[in-house]
Amino acid sequence: MTTEARDLSGYRQMEESVTLSEESFVEGDRELLTLNIGPHHPATHGVLRLVVTLDGEIIRDVSPVIGYLHTGIEKTAEVKSYWKAIPVIERMDYLAYYFNGMGYCGAVEKLLGIEVPKRAQYLRVIHLELNRIMSHLVWLGTSALDLGAISVWWYCFREREQLLDLFEMSSGQRMHTRYVQIGGVAEDIPRGWEEKVREFLAIMPERADVYGDLLNKNEIFLQRMRGVCPASAESLRALGVTGPLLRAAGDPWDLRKAMPYSSYEDFEFKIPVGTQGDNYDRYAVRLAEIKESVKIVEQALDGLPEGPCITEDRKVALPPRHELATSMEALIHHFKLVTEGMRVPEGEVYNAIEGPRGEYGVFIRSDGSSKPARVHMRDPSFVNLQATPALVEGHLLSDMIATLAVMDPVIGGVDR
Amino acid sequence: MPDAAGLEKLAAAIGPESVLGTVHTDVRSEISVRPETIVSVLAKLRAESYGDLRSVHGVDYYPEEPRLCVKYEMLSRELLDRVSVSVRVALDDPRVPSVTPDWPTANWPEREAFDMFGIVFEGHPDLRRILMPEDYEGHPQRRDFPIGGEPVIFTHNESSVPGWFE
Repeated sequence: MTTEARDLSGYRQMEESVTLSEESFVEGDRELLTLNIGPHHPATHGVLRLVVTLDGEIIRDVSPVIGYLHTGIEKTAEVKSYWKAIPVIERMDYLAYYFNGMGYCGAVEKLLGIEVPKRAQYLRVIHLELNRIMSHLVWLGTSALDLGAISVWWYCFREREQLLDLFEMSSGQRMHTRYVQIGGVAEDIPRGWEEKVREFLAIMPERADVYGDLLNKNEIFLQRMRGVCPASAESLRALGVTGPLLRAAGDPWDLRKAMPYSSYEDFEFKIPVGTQGDNYDRYAVRLAEIKESVKIVEQALDGLPEGPCITEDRKVALPPRHELATSMEALIHHFKLVTEGMRVPEGEVYNAIEGPRGEYGVFIRSDGSSKPARVHMRDPSFVNLQATPALVEGHLLSDMIATLAVMDPVIGGVDR
Repeated sequence: MPDAAGLEKLAAAIGPESVLGTVHTDVRSEISVRPETIVSVLAKLRAESYGDLRSVHGVDYYPEEPRLCVKYEMLSRELLDRVSVSVRVALDDPRVPSVTPDWPTANWPEREAFDMFGIVFEGHPDLRRILMPEDYEGHPQRRDFPIGGEPVIFTHNESSVPGWFE
């Protein structure tokens, strides 16, 4: 049967016209392959796209392409009054909502020049550290999942559920709680909350050990972690990397210790650091951080001072509900705050705090009105992700997946 | 954050040929410098132990002129102190030398400032848009860029939105 006799579509003809024998192959002449990974790929932790140039299985070049989750939150914040911007800013890094809120509210408080009551500072620390544990649990679960260990995920999410229940009890929301307010926290903790937190704190260190036992004796896990993609502290510091990634390389930089804020100087805790700077150290540092956070929360609960949980300044914080029925001033303040919002004196500020992934730095420019003229979040996921090529070049493609997992980028924070 | 006297000392160390002024408030110490000298200014700050560049971000001072501004948030881990450096450029000639060759951490933040404000960083190794699509027109973080000023693309109107698929 001749070709003409068959009813071929144009596609078939094109396919038949390809002659593979004409492709030349010279021994020793290795060809580079450019491979696209993502933006929808289960191992990229969100909509991250990586264009990888491969020489066999060795990565010669990788360029992350970001922006698929860009939501314009910084722009949106400019058209919202100061306290209405908190919910959108909390949604940047969606695993560290207390940290986003704390960075932003701390910056506004600096501009306003107001004191935060001691009880509010302690309540903030308690929630920040619980959030840190929650974020590390999600990181551990998803990282292990990337390496094929699904059971760790179920265990981590068991404890995470417990934490989210605690958040729901203290603020009404499981995620994006809007608990941190300008001048303090939204509400005092409810009755019975402290006991529930203590129940959680009693089991968490043991559970962290269990996860360590699950993974530290797993040969497959160790082979993909030990000695994989190490980096020196100097090179990471030059790239602006902060947080557990930097500490795993042996650099004990932690803003909670170095430049304390929100009464962190009252608590005793250690900064876990690594020695090799490889993937295993990055994993071990975070696992150890969970236990240190438990210690901080215990101390904060023990020493929780009495007093108001938000500033008494009525120009900044809403009056208590019972005052609205009896006080005209309270009603006026309430009305002003809810409609126009607070006016913040002209000025600029950069407020940095230590989050689960590194330095969350919020820059705010105020033009004297009730809306911020510019809000910028220095998100650690965004800055840390720059280090990907430096970490993985010259290593195997499968090591890149493992490294990306332990780098813990949250794409919501990368793209904002 | 250095106090007012410390800030003046720091400005003197940088040199009057590049410093345009200093701003000291309760919460911020900022040195504003000539845009063309930014690379040497940051090098001098590094010598003054401000060895970490934490953040590079743009600001739009509309309607003031010069409108656009780049802020460099410096951190000294020895002094446990922060100081900010700012450069202002006009909208019709928004060019600032890139500090990426000296400070690798500035790579993506400078791309973001280019994307959002249209500030051109000369000498940047790879100055492309980073968060917005490659074919996007305009710089959305500018103060005169309207919010919600573009159509949302749905299946029913995707062919009528010009240029989205090309």
